[in-house]
Amino acid sequence: MSRPELQAPPEIYYGDTEAKKYTQNTRNQQIQADMTYRALELLNLPLDEPAFLLDIGCGSGLSGEILDDEGYVWTGVDIAPSMLEVALERDIEGDLFLQDIGQGFGFRPGSFDGAISISVLQWLLNAETSHPTSSPPHRLNRFFTTLHSALRNPSRAVFQFYPSSDDQIQLITSAAQKAGFGGGIVVDYPNSKKAKKIFLCLFVGGGGAQQQIPRGLEGEEEENSKVKYERRRDRERGKDKNGKRKNVKDRDWILKKKELYRKRGKEDVPRDSKFTGRKRRAIF
Amino acid sequence: MVRLITHNLLACHVKGCNTNNFPLQFKDVQIELREAEFNPDFLKGFMPKLEWKALVDAARQLGDTTLPLEQPEMLDDEFLKNLHHVLLEIHVEEGVMTCSNCKHEYPVSNGIPNMLLAEHEIG
Repeated sequence: MSRPELQAPPEIYYGDTEAKKYTQNTRNQQIQADMTYRALELLNLPLDEPAFLLDIGCGSGLSGEILDDEGYVWTGVDIAPSMLEVALERDIEGDLFLQDIGQGFGFRPGSFDGAISISVLQWLLNAETSHPTSSPPHRLNRFFTTLHSALRNPSRAVFQFYPSSDDQIQLITSAAQKAGFGGGIVVDYPNSKKAKKIFLCLFVGGGGAQQQIPRGLEGEEEENSKVKYERRRDRERGKDKNGKRKNVKDRDWILKKKELYRKRGKEDVPRDSKFTGRKRRAIF
Repeated sequence: MVRLITHNLLACHVKGCNTNNFPLQFKDVQIELREAEFNPDFLKGFMPKLEWKALVDAARQLGDTTLPLEQPEMLDDEFLKNLHHVLLEIHVEEGVMTCSNCKHEYPVSNGIPNMLLAEHEIG
């Protein structure tokens, strides 16, 4: 299946059913939670003072819940009303806004001690209309400039996202640089197909001590990063409940279809023979 | 769940609306009070970020007069409790927030303000 961001704009893709599915899927919850903790680690907030954070694309508050648990006060923005509705039902602490991040924020300068965003930036890369304000570079610029001013100096913003090509990474990082951010890309588990995660780690200001881009995690992915029963699922793909391969049509079905085609006057229907729909023996 | 803590950070972001675009004015509001955990350290850290006058005005508009007009130098416990109540426990559930400069209206429904702009308003 193609990527969700290519199918429809976020506020439509995450309609009522998809929002529920997204939130209730335990696998999804686990991944989101892991990425949120990692993003917080990359944010590198001072331990002794409680911070005020912005969750960009908060959705149903899967990451917000973790921010609550960790004792942060936060504000979330998202463009999908159905997701926000689920968030309201889930009773989270943060304030929520219905906002298109590509239109920019209206927060006063220096409002936030940091920002996180999980699986969101890739949604900014599609133009929905032909209006100039709807082009991805314009939206990215608007987003990063208004975010830059809304963040305190010094602070950090960490975005986990799923780019589909290096060009997209290039587009995003250059927009961020233009807006005045420092920092760059952190890749966790670069050699793993599944555990590989891309974080954009941006700095506002830096003062005397230059901020260092943190290193990505390396080595083997953790054991439980595979879905349970994944191998079995692969093995059994194409079998029905009784262990038989499904959807192999038998001779009668083929003959019936051919008869039907002939009746409709279709040309080139192969003739029937003793080989029609013949079983193939297992090869040894 | 617009609380005054976020209201105090929120300015209008319509294209070209750069002056006098803060604070947004409340209209036809319904409020709800919900208890939150008291965290004096957070409040002390947050104090410098507040626009004090805007906060007091907004609080009075919502019917809470416990805050002094001038930001006090001394932070005693009672003051912090009041500040905590105003900032984190008053939730605006329904209503409209209007920019006093460009008159753009941000409707609040179900506690969620709609900050979406029309195409011609995007900066």
